[in-house]
Amino acid sequence: MQNKIPTHPMEDYLRMDRMPHIWCPSCGLGSIVTAFMKGVKNAGIDLNKLALVSGIGCTGRVAGYVKLDSYHTTHGRAIPFATGMKMANQDLTVAVISGDGDLFAIGGNHLIHAARRNMDLNVICVNNFIYGMTGGQNAPTTPLGAYSSTAPYGNYEQPFNLVGLAAAAGSSYVARWTALHLQRIQDSIEEMAKKKGFCFLEIISPCATVFARKNKGGTGLDLLQDYKRRSSIDHNADPQKIPLDMDGEIVCGVFVNDEKPTFAENVEKGTSRKVKEHPLYVQDRKDQEV
Amino acid sequence: MKQSNLHGEFFMQGNIACAEAALSAGCRFFGGYPITPASEIAERMAFRLPQVGGSFVQFEDEIASMASILGASWAGVKSMTASSGPGISLMLENIGLGIMMETPCVVVNVQRGSPSTGLPTSWGQSDMMQARFGSHGDYGVIALAPKSPQEYFDLTIVAFNYAEKYRLPVFVTSDAIVGHMTEKVYIPPVDELEIINRKYTNKKPGDYQPYTIEPGQWVSDFAKAGDGYLYHSTGLTHDERGYPDMSEACHIQLVNRLIDKIKMNVDDIILLEERDLDDADVVVVTFGTTARTVVPGINLAKKKGIKVGFLRLITVWPFPEQKIRDLAKHVKGFVVPEINMGQIVLEVERCAGGVLTKSLPHPGGGIHDFKDVAKAIEEVAYAK
Ligand SMILES: Cc1ncc(C[n+]2csc(CCOP(=O)(O)OP(=O)(O)O)c2C)c(N)n1
Repeated sequence: MQNKIPTHPMEDYLRMDRMPHIWCPSCGLGSIVTAFMKGVKNAGIDLNKLALVSGIGCTGRVAGYVKLDSYHTTHGRAIPFATGMKMANQDLTVAVISGDGDLFAIGGNHLIHAARRNMDLNVICVNNFIYGMTGGQNAPTTPLGAYSSTAPYGNYEQPFNLVGLAAAAGSSYVARWTALHLQRIQDSIEEMAKKKGFCFLEIISPCATVFARKNKGGTGLDLLQDYKRRSSIDHNADPQKIPLDMDGEIVCGVFVNDEKPTFAENVEKGTSRKVKEHPLYVQDRKDQEV
Repeated sequence: MKQSNLHGEFFMQGNIACAEAALSAGCRFFGGYPITPASEIAERMAFRLPQVGGSFVQFEDEIASMASILGASWAGVKSMTASSGPGISLMLENIGLGIMMETPCVVVNVQRGSPSTGLPTSWGQSDMMQARFGSHGDYGVIALAPKSPQEYFDLTIVAFNYAEKYRLPVFVTSDAIVGHMTEKVYIPPVDELEIINRKYTNKKPGDYQPYTIEPGQWVSDFAKAGDGYLYHSTGLTHDERGYPDMSEACHIQLVNRLIDKIKMNVDDIILLEERDLDDADVVVVTFGTTARTVVPGINLAKKKGIKVGFLRLITVWPFPEQKIRDLAKHVKGFVVPEINMGQIVLEVERCAGGVLTKSLPHPGGGIHDFKDVAKAIEEVAYAK
């Protein structure tokens, strides 16, 4: 068996019949997908019971490449689609991977409400500070002063601080890493897969094709060098106080890791006794014995 | 587990009957957002779903509501949402996703006076073309229009059955009149109802492709999330594997099938109520609650000696094209009263092949004056 053809280490987890993928060279998404699949595997969950939902965008394409029950939905609506899945079958682990525009512009309302409800979902936002798929328009994360195709004079909008927003909305778990912190990403994904409640992970990811090109950021490798120079780890940082800008510090870490009842647990607790005493419930059960 | 339902004879509101029908059909997930005149459906589901082991979520908007029922359906549970004009407008993009992914679910539109916020507490039938063409692109749709709380119950069951059989979101297009009307409703025990459940694949995971259509079928068998099939589904144009395929050939095949699965099964899908059609000179084509309010007008015209036929579209979409074509061969003309400014009349006209077709529009908030109905029938009957 010496001349066994070497296989790609991720072959068991990817739809190899869909390769090559559409992502540009030096995009962060490839390594993020690897870290995601390793993380969920390390969590020891049954991958047959893991559903992945994406919205639309470069990141939205993740759902198409992983060997999971996977759904590529509409722009911004991955979270409510995932909520329906989770509420229909509590045995599923449901993850969402999507872009910053998808999750925080068009889908921003769904994100904060799912966090408020503490819906048992693992949401991973790949933040490249720009709209990748559509060719480099402004995103709600584009730093003040950065150039995009719809901010030709530099962005004059204040960006969202994603971890601050996710924490304020009530998430049970909030973390931020860059695409350089692959082991940390993997560990966070593992923690999220094991944890109940709304878990949010922001991953700062290089987009050489549009973000760097518009902002003289060089190659994808240059962006990663830049993240290395700018990032620090501080788990105790207040997520409200660590917004991102063009060249300031990128504070990373796990900022929130709380235990609190999920939506489904609250439903169960709130309804079980009242429901069981209700005559209609009794009638339904009686019929079932017949 | 054997399913059960609330059954017996009730004095029941239309919207409540709709909710009970959903539960009888096996619906176990409802995602919604409050809106008059549809809120009673959500309220009833919030109250009843926990009793039958299902779940209810009141979402932040109708966009989320619609997306959620698609997700629930893919997780293996029959699901429904209900709204009215403004909310349905917000749902349209994800209704299209449901069409494209071929997701069984039911969307109830309790129509109110429109456009925009229009008449929240009053009725209309002006979203019929929206149901047909509202989401972007070409596709087949099914819409059922009840005229009474009893029929609201019956048709909601049918809607769930069609959704499973043809794999798409099915509309129940009621209105504020039938939604808020209280009448006698008989709900049979669940085992006396004809209920179609999802057809899951019996193939093994490696052999299964989510969009392979077996010979003689129009849709593929289902696999739900969590069963180990590890399939992909997308709103992009896709092949049998569910993989995106941007080729013209794939797009032609997919779009045609989304249309043909409805078009080639009209005989199974179309439900009509027909009265006095054989020797009719004038046929009144009507649907929903209008089918009740125009009856005195028809009777008045009959008293004047006109042979009036009555055709009620229980299934509005797909439209009964052949029925109109056949009638057009021997009638003098059609009268189409509807509580909109002339939507279904366009379809009648299209199929009537030049036979006189008279629109009797009403913008909503009221009903037709029966004398106007009689007058329109007379005009057609005595037209030169
Ligand atoms: C309703 C709707 N509006 C707009 C678009 C076009 N669109 C596709 S992807 C995208 C933005 C993607 O940006 P982001 O979410 O940041 O993801 P990225 O591509 O950067 O990974 C937009 C606006 C769409 N598909 N649907």
